[in-house]
Amino acid sequence: MLSPDRPFPLFLQKIESLGRISTKWVNSLGFGTSLLYQSVFWICWGSRRKQQVRLEAIVSQMMEVGILALPIVSLVSITIGLMLAIQGIDALKDFGAEHQVTYGVALSVVREFAPLITGILIAGRSGSAFAARLSTMMINNEIDALRVMGINPVRFLVVPSLVAMMIMVPLLTLWADIVALLGAGLYITTALGISMGTYIGQTIAYLGTADALHGLGKSFVFGILITLVGVINGSSVTGGAEGVGHVTTRAVVHSILALILADLLIVFLLTR
Amino acid sequence: MTMPLSELEPIIEVIDLTTHYGSRKILNGISLTVHKGEVMVIMGGSGSGKSTLLRHLIGLEHPSSGNIKLLGQDIRNMTEHDMTQLYRKVGVAFQSGALFSSMTVGENIMLPLREHTKLDQKTMEIMARLKLEVVNLAGFEDLMPSELSGGMLKRAAFARAVIMDPVLLFCDEPSAGLDPVVSSSLDELILRLKDALDMTIVVVTHELESAFRIADRITVLDKGDILTIGTVDDVRASDNRRIQDLLNRHFEEEILDPDAYLARLTGESEALFSQV
Ligand SMILES: Nc1ncnc2c1ncn2[C@@H]1O[C@H](COP(=O)(O)OP(=O)(O)OP(=O)(O)O)[C@@H](O)[C@H]1O
Ligand SMILES: [Mg+2]
Repeated sequence: MLSPDRPFPLFLQKIESLGRISTKWVNSLGFGTSLLYQSVFWICWGSRRKQQVRLEAIVSQMMEVGILALPIVSLVSITIGLMLAIQGIDALKDFGAEHQVTYGVALSVVREFAPLITGILIAGRSGSAFAARLSTMMINNEIDALRVMGINPVRFLVVPSLVAMMIMVPLLTLWADIVALLGAGLYITTALGISMGTYIGQTIAYLGTADALHGLGKSFVFGILITLVGVINGSSVTGGAEGVGHVTTRAVVHSILALILADLLIVFLLTR
Repeated sequence: MTMPLSELEPIIEVIDLTTHYGSRKILNGISLTVHKGEVMVIMGGSGSGKSTLLRHLIGLEHPSSGNIKLLGQDIRNMTEHDMTQLYRKVGVAFQSGALFSSMTVGENIMLPLREHTKLDQKTMEIMARLKLEVVNLAGFEDLMPSELSGGMLKRAAFARAVIMDPVLLFCDEPSAGLDPVVSSSLDELILRLKDALDMTIVVVTHELESAFRIADRITVLDKGDILTIGTVDDVRASDNRRIQDLLNRHFEEEILDPDAYLARLTGESEALFSQV
């Protein structure tokens, strides 16, 4: 018989810990959904509750998330563009199809590489920063202080970051598209001996609006995921400064995981 | 206070409050009432549950059992929106200060005004400066919280708590770690707020002098139980041993023989050094 003071058999302990882990994930999922719902609520009805979402806060987050990320996003994008062009021409040469490289590069950049790489960069840069800020505020009682001032922490802290991410991650992705395609162009034009004008013309001709929207739509979802994962991890902090370090790392790992899984799911649903 | 109890308006009513952290019982069936316009001091040794009681009173944590009524409303049945409305009438100065580290001291103090009123920037700045002057921090508006000392943080937090002239003010250890002059000026401020604005004030403190100076009534907590609730004179005259211990500053386990203690310390450190 099982009694509280006798230890569980090992296999039951395993099942129990498995159960605990899955409960945690389901809880996080529920929390994420509720955060999203609350955010929409504050955006739409905040002013009626006399709790407006402040434009200044959104703008300053947009600067932080978007503008300050431009250099790193540009650098990584141009590198990826060059790399894809080099690999593409090398692979297609065997089939004598190197002139198709423009098509291949354009599609893979716009549909996959630009959104995913931008997402991962922003997760590392801003998702972690957000989790760190939130968890520090938790352990310093700053979140409690907000509450007792009658300021809803979701409205005050989460919504500006969420909105900034929803706007800036797609914009950064668009920028990454352009930079990566130009980077690829640098190599392709010299390797194939075509002019930049011809390359750009071909790229535009190949790419449909659907491809661009596919990439940008995904990056919009990524922006939401990065914010929510940051909040969920940041607000689960326990312990002091060590806890902050812990949840910050976890926020990055979890959000990259979330991005890749969401990407797979979206591609699976839309592209099959 | 000479009014009969029945004529006093209760602002906080706590009925049989019990709370646990994990399986540890922290508060053990506490009941207490705070009336309008009085200063209630909560005293007790470190770890006796003072901050925990305060966190429950302001609705930041929910009890395992028991009832809390704040300004006549049962906080268990209140929606988030009702709580927000209620909080506009409440000021809280946390034990750690809890200033927002990303804002300057001035912005911190103006935040409640900015969020809840339509005052223009100039007026808010003047109001913030007035409150800062009151806590001897005039001229520190533009510093970041990380640039203040511990005592200054506490005073800034106090200024932020009273910026909206709340009906009900909670202070967790407002004068701990402050020098005697500032500490007594803070006490005076608390008394002035009570008299001028008829504010109801709950203060958690270790400092006996401060407690006796400001309290209308004192609640003495010990390991999650209330030892007594009474006026300063009641508490002073109490023949409860624990209370007398507290009054005689025997808050913690005391060092009975300083020489032996020192010898032990130095002996240990010598032993440590000899190992190296
Ligand atoms: N978040 C928490 N999780 C678990 N236990 C806690 C937590 N906060 C406080 N406690 C425990 O509750 C008890 C009461 O703590 P509390 O902070 O209320 O004491 P206090 O009277 O305010 O002490 P001090 O005068 O040192 O501030 C302590 O034993 C503490 O260990
Ligand atoms: Mg305390």
